[in-house]
Amino acid sequence: MPTKTYADAIDDAIAQAMQADERVVIWGEDLDMIRRNLYVRFGAERVRCTPISEGAFVGAGVTAAMGGLRPIVELLLVDFAGVAMDAILNHAAKIEAFSGGQWPVPLVIRAGCGGGYGDGGQHQQALWGWLAHIPGLTVVVPSTPADAGGLMLAAIEHDGPVIFLEHKLLSTVWREGLGRLGRSTVTFDVPPDGEKGPVPRTWMPLPFGQAAVRREGRDLTIVSVSLGVHRALAAAGELAADGVQAGVIDLRTVTPLDVSTVRDAVKRSGRLLVVDEDYQGFGLSGELAAVVLEGGIACRYARVCTQTTIPFARHLEEQTLPNVPRIVAAARDLLRA
Amino acid sequence: MLPDVWTLYRRMLFSRRFEEAVHRLWDAGLISAEMHLSMGEEGIVAGVLDHLQPGDALALDHRGTAPLLMHGIDPERLLRECLGQEDGLCNGWGGHMHLFSREHLAASSGIVGASGPAAVGFALAAQHLRPGHLAVAFFGEGAVNQGMLMESFNLAVAWKLPVVFVCKDNGWAIYTPRERAISTPLIDRAAGFGLHTTSVDGRDVTAVWEAARDAQTRAREGRGPSFLHARCVHLEGHLLGDPLVRAVRQPLREIAPVFGPMLRAVTRRQGAPVRQRLGPLREVGTRGNRLVSSQRASDDDPLVWTRKQLTGESDRLSTLEAEVTAQVNDIVARVQPE
Repeated sequence: MPTKTYADAIDDAIAQAMQADERVVIWGEDLDMIRRNLYVRFGAERVRCTPISEGAFVGAGVTAAMGGLRPIVELLLVDFAGVAMDAILNHAAKIEAFSGGQWPVPLVIRAGCGGGYGDGGQHQQALWGWLAHIPGLTVVVPSTPADAGGLMLAAIEHDGPVIFLEHKLLSTVWREGLGRLGRSTVTFDVPPDGEKGPVPRTWMPLPFGQAAVRREGRDLTIVSVSLGVHRALAAAGELAADGVQAGVIDLRTVTPLDVSTVRDAVKRSGRLLVVDEDYQGFGLSGELAAVVLEGGIACRYARVCTQTTIPFARHLEEQTLPNVPRIVAAARDLLRA
Repeated sequence: MLPDVWTLYRRMLFSRRFEEAVHRLWDAGLISAEMHLSMGEEGIVAGVLDHLQPGDALALDHRGTAPLLMHGIDPERLLRECLGQEDGLCNGWGGHMHLFSREHLAASSGIVGASGPAAVGFALAAQHLRPGHLAVAFFGEGAVNQGMLMESFNLAVAWKLPVVFVCKDNGWAIYTPRERAISTPLIDRAAGFGLHTTSVDGRDVTAVWEAARDAQTRAREGRGPSFLHARCVHLEGHLLGDPLVRAVRQPLREIAPVFGPMLRAVTRRQGAPVRQRLGPLREVGTRGNRLVSSQRASDDDPLVWTRKQLTGESDRLSTLEAEVTAQVNDIVARVQPE
């Protein structure tokens, strides 16, 4: 099996889709630089560079999809969804429903997400829970190269709007392009299995709403997405040294949410620990507690999330985002009861 | 070349009769909440849409009735949608602000300014999949302070897209008169983006038709987007039950409940000096009359204006009018719930 980086896996899956289907196009800011291989291979018409004008070009993606294209609109960073929110909230997410189910919007909005490289609170948010809150959107948050490529292909083939979020610590394009910027003097805590890994020779679409059990464990179930999965696995390794068997579930898509995998694991372990880089209140971590309760499952529950605006200073950022010591401490608290 | 005014008048009248029926159904409480009619815009809509071909796309605002009727959408399904019926155009999920027809490539939005990005996206799809086709965006002058519309002007010019931006300017953004909200003449603003611009009298369907012919030709020939500015009136105000229109039509009933609180707002201690309160009071108190006097003149009604050109053949005209009225009555009879 060949190996690829997380970033290359996504672009490779896009290239495969573009080769197979003329209707697949991609646009966004500076794509001739950041997606230069696609740009050179498929040309300026299909890989289109936009002005910094998210309100118009995300909105245009919605009707371009309705008009017969399969557009991938690159938002650069998910934080910039704020600028394009009308297109996402009031149009992409709603038109299929408004049309009585007659007119789907096969649009992919691709964006970098997440922090851990010191870029401050307007460029490092996770926001997957905030977006998944809106009925009509599929929110995909892969944690490995193989998932990233397979889920991107599924996103392109999907007949509805998909938000595809690539963690910037996992993606070399973003980590190098926004964090390192050619320096050897800065370091980042990058999980090697997330940055690079085995991928199939030909991409096949992966199903939405199917979580992956990354580690089995009978004492405790840790549920996470994206970079948080790697942090959870590292924490589970530390806990194992104490004889605690912590399972780790990677949701892979926030919506649709794989409720049954979560319920089954929590039913067995009796303990749910959510690791979520998105904001704590009114988000994924609370939703997971709700679906477990709705399943009639009694369990002990804790969460390690981002609670405040993400601060700039690296040492403050490190404490704000979920990290391995916080996860281990929360797990030990759960086990103490 | 000149348009067939008889055909255009028939379409305009059909739209008007249809919307009058909508008005009655709304009055009867059979249509919920807001209802924005195209009454007063028919000349603009008819003049522009006569040039559209199958494969062209329509990006509509919250006044989608007239454009959809004139674009060939089944009026019965449209009326059923306004009534929220299951067999409506959108199965009752859209309502009059969210009307969609995939086969006609027609999409509306209730968000002011959203027809700009929508037209850009349709035009991009046309460039790839349907060369020679175009997208039309309809919006009011109230939309021109929305960033997404301004961004769309820029994108359409930067990418030389086949878009015709049609600004239906009635001078009022909901309850705000144009001069309080818009910094520069609209035509100058559009020209500043590099759009090809034309300004016409929206009452005059022939003038609109001619301007739209040039704009759509440019778009189809790959010469880029245009901005067509057309003045119009909204005969029923911003929406049915417009409080300013009501205040003028039924002053006793409408003004009485607001009069006391307003008087207290003038006389209460604390707040701005009383002298400074009189200006705002006058402004609010006279706004209804300003709106109604600017929107109600029958000379500004595009149907009255167009009809004048046809009275020479009075028999043909009365036959046409009787036919259209009967058609609409028929639809209403089929659709109206017991």
